Amino acid sequence: MRITCPLCGPRDRREFYYYGAEAYLHRPAGDDAVAWDAYLHLRNNPAGETRDLWYHEAGCAQWLVVTRNTVSHSVSTVELVAERGAP
Amino acid sequence: MPSLIAKAPLTATPLQIGGAKLSAIDPGPITSVAPFRGKEAAVAVALERLGLSFPAPGQYVESNGLRLVWTGRDQAFLIGAAPEGLEGLAALTDQSDGWAALLLEGPAAEAVLARLYPLDLRASVFPPGHASRSALNHMLSILLRTGADSFQIMVFRSMAQTAWHELHAAMTGLAARP
Repeated sequence: MRITCPLCGPRDRREFYYYGAEAYLHRPAGDDAVAWDAYLHLRNNPAGETRDLWYHEAGCAQWLVVTRNTVSHSVSTVELVAERGAP
Repeated sequence: MPSLIAKAPLTATPLQIGGAKLSAIDPGPITSVAPFRGKEAAVAVALERLGLSFPAPGQYVESNGLRLVWTGRDQAFLIGAAPEGLEGLAALTDQSDGWAALLLEGPAAEAVLARLYPLDLRASVFPPGHASRSALNHMLSILLRTGADSFQIMVFRSMAQTAWHELHAAMTGLAARP
C-alpha cells in the first residue's frame, strides 16, 4: 500500500502511522456531553468513501486526511490537515 | 565558559565492501530554519545573500559549502555554517549535536540503499540535488543525493551505531551476491 503525501510524493505505508477517523478533527466547541460522547465514541462504518487521519511519521511529520473507498480499497485524495480551511 | 571537547557521534574506520564505501563525516553546524509567518520574502532575501534559496519539498540547494535541505513543511536545515542574517526572520534551532552524518559512495551505493529505504533511488527519479526524509529501516533519517554515486545519510545521533550496523549488513549482503 502506498500513500501519496502532498509534500513528499508517493511513499510506502511503513512511513505512516494510522490515527483514526477524520471525525477527530471536529472537536465539539462546548461541554455538551452528548456531543462529546458522539465525538469520542460514535463512528460510521460506511461501505464506500471514508476519511481517515494518517501521520507521515518517518517523512515530513505532517498530519494527512486520506479519503479512501472501503469497497474498492482505492485512495482518492490525500490532503494536509495544516492546510485545510477553517472548520 | 568552560572549554569542552567535542566528541564525534561515531568513531569508525571507513568500510569498503564491494562497490560501496561507508564513512562517518562531520557536516559542520546544523540549524533548523523555519521562516516566521509573513517573513518568507525577507528570508528569501537573506538566503540570497548566502547564495541560497528556500528549497522545494524533496530538494536541497547548495552554495560555497553551505547546504539548505528541505526537511518539512516551511522548514529546512542549514548545514555547513551558522545562520547569518536570518535572526528575527525565522525560528532558528541549533541541531548540530543531534545528528550523525554518514557518507556512502561508490557504484554500488544506490543498490545498498535500495535494500534499506522504501524509496525509488534511481538517478532518473532521485538525482543529485534531491533530499528525502524517509526511513532507513526503522530509523528516521534525511537522505541527500550529493552526486551520481554518493549519498549523505543523516540519522539521530543516538542511532549512529545502529545506522552503521544496518548499512554494514546491507553492504555485506549485496557484495555476497554473484
